[in-house]
Amino acid sequence: MLKVVHYINQFFANIGGEEMAHVPAEIREGIVGPGLAFKQAFGDEAEIVATVVCGDSYFNENMEKAKKDIIEMVKKYNPDIFIAGPAFNAGRYGVACGTIAQAVKDELKIPVLTGMYEENPGADMFKNSIYIVSTKNSAAGMRKAVKTMAPLALKLAKEEKIGSSAEEGYMPNGKRVNFYEKDRGSKRAVKMLLNKLNGKPFTTEFPMPDFDRVPPNPPVKDITKATIALVTSGGIVPKGNPDHIESSSASKYGKYDIDGVMDLTEETFQTAHGGYDPVYANEDPDRVLPVDIMREFEKEGKIGKLYRYFYATVGNGTAVKNAKAFAEKYAKELKADGVDAVILTST
Amino acid sequence: MHMCTIVPISLTVGANRIVPTIAIPHPLGDPSLSMEEEKDIRRKLLSRALKALQTEVSEQTVFED
Repeated sequence: MLKVVHYINQFFANIGGEEMAHVPAEIREGIVGPGLAFKQAFGDEAEIVATVVCGDSYFNENMEKAKKDIIEMVKKYNPDIFIAGPAFNAGRYGVACGTIAQAVKDELKIPVLTGMYEENPGADMFKNSIYIVSTKNSAAGMRKAVKTMAPLALKLAKEEKIGSSAEEGYMPNGKRVNFYEKDRGSKRAVKMLLNKLNGKPFTTEFPMPDFDRVPPNPPVKDITKATIALVTSGGIVPKGNPDHIESSSASKYGKYDIDGVMDLTEETFQTAHGGYDPVYANEDPDRVLPVDIMREFEKEGKIGKLYRYFYATVGNGTAVKNAKAFAEKYAKELKADGVDAVILTST
Repeated sequence: MHMCTIVPISLTVGANRIVPTIAIPHPLGDPSLSMEEEKDIRRKLLSRALKALQTEVSEQTVFED
């Protein structure tokens, strides 16, 4: 019979809620709390030999010690798999489940599995490196979670081949595997369309990334006194592309001084973008980054001033994660320099 | 605020103030026109951008004029 060690928090161990979240890690023989549901799902294929219980605050506030102590506890039982949670939408519990599962996998080299709600912060932190089953956002989803987690845990423990995220129910982990579909693309597309038209459920084969939403900023009070910055994803850079910004899948952005530059010309600037016909932007880069008219506005007093630098990257298959990281960095600089508004141009 | 030609993309990624532009390879210009006419277009679009920046919005808004 396969041996399982299970990790749960103080709440699921029935020790208490927030007021008991400080309890340090302990190990108990056999099953505690939600382990019972796993036991039923495992039948006689696997057995939970021990359960680690740890307070969520304790784990997160004493992460290094907790990790070390728990690994020692788990090691003694020499399990075939380590299961943490599921944590649903409990943030600290999710982070604890992900952290300890990752540590057990790295240090003890045994398979691990956890489960949580997709918006749990632990999901983004660990879904690319360990298997995390997607669950509902509250413990009401326990039965469903166990139904997906238990068979996947058995497969992992037996070192069987793991199917795709859609088949097994874990969160997509960024790994791509080539395979042959039974039906050809046109047939699948038409089927999807018919389902959509009939209001029936269908699953896209090309999901869009999740984009966040931010509340709109208040309007600029006095635009004639405002400092305005230009930012572009259209790849405008000084001639020669000094920072070697990639023509697609950009891994960086550039910051360029336009102090005294009244007009972008063919001789001085160009586009580095490889995703649109560059002829027009190279001929007159103001068509993408309108420095000439912004200078005019500045002179006429329609704006306070044009910010001394512009920022540019190439938005061509660029990872959302990269783009977000660029913006986080330069938004800080713009703010620190007292920029009041940004005009971002895209091609 | 965001100036772009493919407004649905801008709406998808979450821009709050959007000014639609001319074309993908030349959002703020039009090579079929004379230099002066092109600058007029650019002036018009950027004036609209300044207007957008001075307008209170509570949700994603496309400034068509």
